[in-house]
Amino acid sequence: MEMRFRIFRYDPKVDREPVYRNYLVSAEPEERILDCLNRIRWEQDGTLSYRMSCGHGVCGSDGMRINGRCALACQKLVKDYLGSEVVVEPLPFFKVLKDLVVDVDGFLSGVMYFRPYLISSAAPPPRERSQSPEERKKVEEVIRCILCACCTGSCPVMAENEQYVGPAALVWAYRTIFDSRDDLKLERLEAVNSQKGVWACVNHLECTRACPKEIPVTKCINTLKREIEKHRSGKP
Amino acid sequence: MVFKHDIVVVGAGLAGLRAALEAANSGEVALISKVYPTRSHSGAAQGGIAAALGNEEPDSWEWHMYDTVKGGDYLTDQDVAEILARDAPRAVYELEHWGVPFNRTAEGKIAQRAFGGHTREFGKGPVKRACYAADRSGRVMMDTLYFEAVRRGVRIYSEFQMLDLIMVAGRVAGIVVYELATGEVHCFHSRIVLLSTGGFGKVFRTTSNCFANTGDGVYLAYRSGIPLEDMEFVQFHPTGIYGLGVLISEAARGEGGILRNGSGEAFMERYAPTIKDLAPRDMVSRAIHMEILQGRGIDGRDFVHLDLTHLGEKRLRERLSDISSFVRIYLGIDPARDPIPVRPTCHYMMGGIPTDLDGRVLDAHHRPVPGLFAAGECACLSLHGANRLGCNSLLDLVVFGRRAGEAMATSLGELEWEDLPRNAQDPAVSRMKRVLDRREGDRAGVIRASLQKTMTENCSVFRREGSLEKALTEIRRLMDQYRRVKVDNRGKRFNADLLEALELESLLGLAEVIVVSAKARQESRGAHYREDFPERDDGGWLKHTLVRKTGEDPEVFFKSVRITRFEPKARTY
Ligand SMILES: Cc1cc2nc3c(=O)[nH]c(=O)nc-3n(C[C@H](O)[C@H](O)[C@H](O)COP(=O)(O)OP(=O)(O)OC[C@H]3O[C@@H](n4cnc5c(N)ncnc54)[C@H](O)[C@@H]3O)c2cc1C
Repeated sequence: MEMRFRIFRYDPKVDREPVYRNYLVSAEPEERILDCLNRIRWEQDGTLSYRMSCGHGVCGSDGMRINGRCALACQKLVKDYLGSEVVVEPLPFFKVLKDLVVDVDGFLSGVMYFRPYLISSAAPPPRERSQSPEERKKVEEVIRCILCACCTGSCPVMAENEQYVGPAALVWAYRTIFDSRDDLKLERLEAVNSQKGVWACVNHLECTRACPKEIPVTKCINTLKREIEKHRSGKP
Repeated sequence: MVFKHDIVVVGAGLAGLRAALEAANSGEVALISKVYPTRSHSGAAQGGIAAALGNEEPDSWEWHMYDTVKGGDYLTDQDVAEILARDAPRAVYELEHWGVPFNRTAEGKIAQRAFGGHTREFGKGPVKRACYAADRSGRVMMDTLYFEAVRRGVRIYSEFQMLDLIMVAGRVAGIVVYELATGEVHCFHSRIVLLSTGGFGKVFRTTSNCFANTGDGVYLAYRSGIPLEDMEFVQFHPTGIYGLGVLISEAARGEGGILRNGSGEAFMERYAPTIKDLAPRDMVSRAIHMEILQGRGIDGRDFVHLDLTHLGEKRLRERLSDISSFVRIYLGIDPARDPIPVRPTCHYMMGGIPTDLDGRVLDAHHRPVPGLFAAGECACLSLHGANRLGCNSLLDLVVFGRRAGEAMATSLGELEWEDLPRNAQDPAVSRMKRVLDRREGDRAGVIRASLQKTMTENCSVFRREGSLEKALTEIRRLMDQYRRVKVDNRGKRFNADLLEALELESLLGLAEVIVVSAKARQESRGAHYREDFPERDDGGWLKHTLVRKTGEDPEVFFKSVRITRFEPKARTY
């Protein structure tokens, strides 16, 4: 069948302003939107730029806005858009480098800001550290994050609060805070206890809707808020 | 521009990251990757990493070593397998100490599960040896190592693509790279280059590999005169999602999943009576093809079913959640209720750049090339022999990535800086310019599709002289056609059109080496199955294939296999 695509095109080094260009692609209902973009680039217009790699929702390269929703182009199928035009745009709130390619360096530094690695002062045992399945379960959902930035691109707060690190960075903070092997829980909680951190979130829930890995992002942020309050009231 | 670093690591998958971490304290390390590091394909690894921890049931490194050798159909160099199996527990504990969130047993130890070809007591039955984090094992390992590398100050150059290896009189002087964001060509001047550019499944049409897996590092080594080893051994994973090739990890069968043919029969019982669905991949892939060829595919078609319906929703959610979601998204079915249509998909390259035990790249005379190292899937340590066992690759990356890192750190004391030749980037720049200036010709996509078609039809799970000859003729025709490859995009920024055209040269060159090697080997061993030579022939062929580029046709030669503990025996499961 024929699918109509309207794609955001912009090279800030050359163009005065973005334009939308139209393409007609023949595609099967089970094909991915990414397959359509590839067909456009391979067969019609090699100047189109976007990122992609694994093609099945693991590497996190192809986060973009498809008909108004942030998603991975490799996880959305043609049949989800039958009968409508497909409008493809870069992730909102990110600086466009070219077409659908955005600058993710700031996003990654946001994640890095909360030191997303295990910190433990005790010398490790000769074997593995012990961790019960219940303790491990606390991070089961957040370890699915693939840093695709769909949550951050969807969050309305990003438009209002320039300081906000965004939901993905908090998911990474959550991951270390609730890892029973990490030493720095209190310090880490203090780090997210700010307007830059958890208190910027006002429960729009857009991140949770967008997350291609079905991480309950908003719930995680609220859990962090509760954990901060618990410690504040002295009843951890 | 010229960037100067003691060590340049090309490729930020697990092999490159692990090596960079090891060398980071000894010199200035640059890590270069054509995709953002955490987008590397190591992140797609689902099933786990093998180590005889014995957390769930008794296990020993000797059994692991034996399985690796037998899995490799005795082409494995056994000293390499011994290092791997002995070092595995340390390597896994190290990952845990860095924070990898492995699943846990009730006593709080790292959980383990069964995997293809991993057995207890030298083949008596399956053993739980794979350590895992649900079915996201590679991803969490990559994230952990990446952030650790950033923390330790490894200099990372994301979206920099290597175009050339700079060699001066047989020594390494650096690399030439293309910066995706600007279209600029730079030189990296270094004393050491480590190639860790991963596999090249994109030579085939249906593959579990990512778009970035085009084998650039392997091809550039080959073009510089380094021979390539055991390239005929291409692993087809039995269970790719039908049509797409997206992988359903062997963990699905490790957890109890069963392959069924058109009449619902659990056919692996016929092919591998002892370990059935957990037989090594080459055997299972052949079995699936046999079922299909004999008309026992589902409804007589070209796929079979992977049945997980008896595993229960809880187990699917806790241990196989990613693959459950792939199946839901791409096939619209629920694995707890419906069987999954699967067929073999190109998965892993056993062959690659020959190295010694410490990642030093070996030239045609088996001597180390000063300053040049390789690790990971692009390297061939002769560890996986003729067929890799599941969960042994992630282990290979961290065990031998670390060893390469250590050896690089030591070598820094001995290696001088080579002068960077003037205009080292010129050959790459003019190659690019020729492509950019061409107005008439064919798009890369068209040539690539023909290459993938011929490789899939003629050089997959079953091969014979005629099919290989056909593939070779077609590849050479495509190489001719490639001389007139053209692009639409003449821009400087994020020009994937141009880069894919350049990558196609790697794919074509490597396809030729695969076919030449497969034609040379007149026996069947591991993943290399010749219908015209269906038996393994230890008398004639217990040796490694090497292929070297010459002015004319590639030259084929051989080297012996190192056997230390396990004499070759018939391989039954
Ligand atoms: C779907 C899937 C599941 C798997 N599951 C398992 C498993 O459960 N257990 C297991 O042991 N193995 C598994 N494997 C195999 C294993 O994951 C791979 O063999 C391994 O990850 C390869 O790692 P690597 O570091 O060598 O390369 P990769 O992780 O592929 O990284 C290659 C790097 O090289 C870079 N690169 C390539 N070319 C260039 C260039 N020209 N310039 C600059 N950079 C370049 C890329 O950007 C990337 O950073 C799986 C493989 C697949 C495909």
